[in-house]
Amino acid sequence: MLGYLIKRLLMLVPLFLGITLITFTVIHLAPGEPVEMQTAMNPKISAQTRQKLREYYGLDKPLHVQYGRWLTRLSKLDFGRSFASDNRPVIDKIKERIPVTLSLNIIALVLEFGLAIPIGILAATHRETLLDKGITIFVFLGFAVPTFWLALLLMYLFGVKLGWLPISGLHSLGSEGFTPVHRLLDIGRHLFLPIAVATFGSLAGLSRYMRANMLEVLGQDYITTARAKGLAERAVIYRHALKNALLPVITLLGFSLPGLIGGSVIFETIFAIPGMGQLFYMGVMARDYPLVMGILVIGAFLTLVGNLLADLCYALADPRIRHGG
Amino acid sequence: MRIGHAACLILLSLVLLIAACTDKQPVRQTVRGPGKPAYGDAIVVGSIGDASNLIPLLASDTPSFEIAGYVYNGLVKYDKDLNLVGDLAESWDISKDGLTITFHLRKGVKWHDGVEFTSADVLYTYRVTIDPKTPTAYSEDFKQVKRAEAPDRYTFSVTYGKPFAPALASWGMNILPAHLLEGKDITKSELARRPVGTGPYRFKEWVAGQKIVLDAYKDYFEGEPYIGRYVYRIIPDNSTMYMELKAGGLDMMGLTPVQYQRQTGTPDFKARFNKYRYPASAYTYLGYNLRNPMFADKRVRQAITSAINKDEIIHGVLFGMGQVAHGPYKPGTWACNPHIKDFDYNPALAKQLLTEAGWRQVNSDGVLVKDGKPFTFTILTNQGNDQRLKTAQIIQRRLKNVGIDVKIRVLEFASLLTNFIDKGNFDALIMGWTITQDPDIFDVWHSSKTGPKELNFIGFKNKEVDRLIEEGRSTFDVEKRKRCYYRIQEILADEQPYTFLYVPDSLPVVSSRFRGIEPAPAGITYNFIKWYVPKEEQVY
Repeated sequence: MLGYLIKRLLMLVPLFLGITLITFTVIHLAPGEPVEMQTAMNPKISAQTRQKLREYYGLDKPLHVQYGRWLTRLSKLDFGRSFASDNRPVIDKIKERIPVTLSLNIIALVLEFGLAIPIGILAATHRETLLDKGITIFVFLGFAVPTFWLALLLMYLFGVKLGWLPISGLHSLGSEGFTPVHRLLDIGRHLFLPIAVATFGSLAGLSRYMRANMLEVLGQDYITTARAKGLAERAVIYRHALKNALLPVITLLGFSLPGLIGGSVIFETIFAIPGMGQLFYMGVMARDYPLVMGILVIGAFLTLVGNLLADLCYALADPRIRHGG
Repeated sequence: MRIGHAACLILLSLVLLIAACTDKQPVRQTVRGPGKPAYGDAIVVGSIGDASNLIPLLASDTPSFEIAGYVYNGLVKYDKDLNLVGDLAESWDISKDGLTITFHLRKGVKWHDGVEFTSADVLYTYRVTIDPKTPTAYSEDFKQVKRAEAPDRYTFSVTYGKPFAPALASWGMNILPAHLLEGKDITKSELARRPVGTGPYRFKEWVAGQKIVLDAYKDYFEGEPYIGRYVYRIIPDNSTMYMELKAGGLDMMGLTPVQYQRQTGTPDFKARFNKYRYPASAYTYLGYNLRNPMFADKRVRQAITSAINKDEIIHGVLFGMGQVAHGPYKPGTWACNPHIKDFDYNPALAKQLLTEAGWRQVNSDGVLVKDGKPFTFTILTNQGNDQRLKTAQIIQRRLKNVGIDVKIRVLEFASLLTNFIDKGNFDALIMGWTITQDPDIFDVWHSSKTGPKELNFIGFKNKEVDRLIEEGRSTFDVEKRKRCYYRIQEILADEQPYTFLYVPDSLPVVSSRFRGIEPAPAGITYNFIKWYVPKEEQVY
């Protein structure tokens, strides 16, 4: 097992380097440089000023030198400073945004699984009934309706018309003076709509998947046997079928992990939530190379670690992998 | 089944719990009278983007400048009628030869940390601006300074190599505190996140991506501002911002033309908000690549302008919220020539001019032909600006009527810039310029600025215009300058290197509890420190 682990870990290094090299090249291939994005169409900027700024950011060096420098810094876990005019360390900017995105996505993920699984079971056990069809329409509505449109509609209803929920942002004005409990509730109220929209939008895929798995399991011989033995329907479904139908769904959960820090540009923008999606989008638009690289590297790292953990779990479960590979 | 029920129950109780915790929206009663000026309350302003750096010298985005404008002062500023008046400078003298400007500074002005403001701060700001190590985009105007001196604590003088009219306005740049910055690396200074200025508001808090909060500065030299707190909320989506406004989460934002015209007419909205409307300092144009033989003949350009109905564009694209542009100046300002003879919408004249220019027989597509080539060209514009795209479409239709085939291509800004504009690789484009307060247009219209990455990218060269631009920027005599700029506008109207399209309106809306707003050519916020909310209407 140890040998397998070491081998896998060693393989990660070239893979990681390859990813960074490709992303570095791709982002530099996009037309426009950070300096240009900052200074374009500004009459007050001369060619010398532009050159000075390019030198300041090290953009006058050949691409491989820039990559080398970036890699050297990264080896000391230094993500560099943002090219935006705030010039702050990239890691600070990411640290500011990651808790919001992470908590939002985790809550949405929990809700998504928490709702999609029972919905899928319900649909499967009531196959082809009115309930099943109703559920299908409901989840596909969420899938088909554009996020931004639904978001605006809910904002109008709950925010403007009823005045129940705040429309955007994370905190109410003056929330600094709230008690901790009140503060938490305040954040909860702000997150309600975005989480509802995010969850509703992604229910369809997962619940349909769950339904299909359940149906497949319910068609297996051992279920027929269980039923023939006279087991109660409830026991058949929850004790025997559910466990097996859930396994592939749990695998999906693993795939969702790297996505947790990604954030979504669309609804972070609509709900004015300062998350990673927004940060990344603005970074790309401004050609803020260090910031974009920083976010991508963290994403790549998490994906690799996620994959490694999954493989290790498989290896633990299946001796053929750790010995055979 | 049970899991499903449980989930539904949890969800339902969550909704109820959250709904129960809802705070009531602040009640706003609208009293029509002016009320009594009172200190206190807060204004919440909406902005699409976050600031980046609150040392304005290092910033390049509008939000940073907006905030910095409340925290810092310049030596001079524009008053409500857009005249230059003293700010940190009480007065100034310009030497007879126009080379030296001597500023007499205000006495007793304090930085927000209590230290006195002196000429050393001005000298430091000047030095750090021109320091090659400072990554700033704003050193150009100051590089013309030959000598800068601070003979005593309250006097600062600069000498230029030759008289330079935009110089005075350039001293409106924000003055930085020398005692906090001198000898340090300005790019690493914490003032970028926690600025210390002399302005009417002092920095309180910045939550990245969410809000920036400023508090009124009690010892401000023009008097304490009435509004006690200024909250700048970042809401990247315009529709969301508009809903926040309606729900009471915002007090002020800029409306789009369609919001102004179609969505703000209800009695409730009218009672809660005041809308304002005045020309923005910007214009949109259709520019021709003059290096392209197709546009070399000025009659062709005149014909295109004649074929375009500018009023139709203003109605269709701006819902009437703008006015026709005839030149590069804002209508109503001193440099704008009101007697310009521009080409009005006249398709018959367009056809005649095109015939004169040699574009005659029509091919099977109905497109004019000259020397066997059909008159077809592409208009480029940048992605993300719907108004420009619609303008292009209206122009496309109108030009078709006179036998010109137009294609439209929308490109991401960086790509448009790098692959097309910088390389001179375009036929025509729809873009916009901001109109600066000083009428100097050297960078956009002088023939020395036609190189790559320079702003005269259409390649306009005219000896008389060059001479007039140089003359206009080398004198402080407003009458003389006016004559230069009037003449330039006549030439541009005849030459039509651009078809000047429109000057859009600024459409701010402010909660009606704020009083003391007096719209003027400078807009509405020039007297912000005099705005107030009567005690009985304060909500924060």
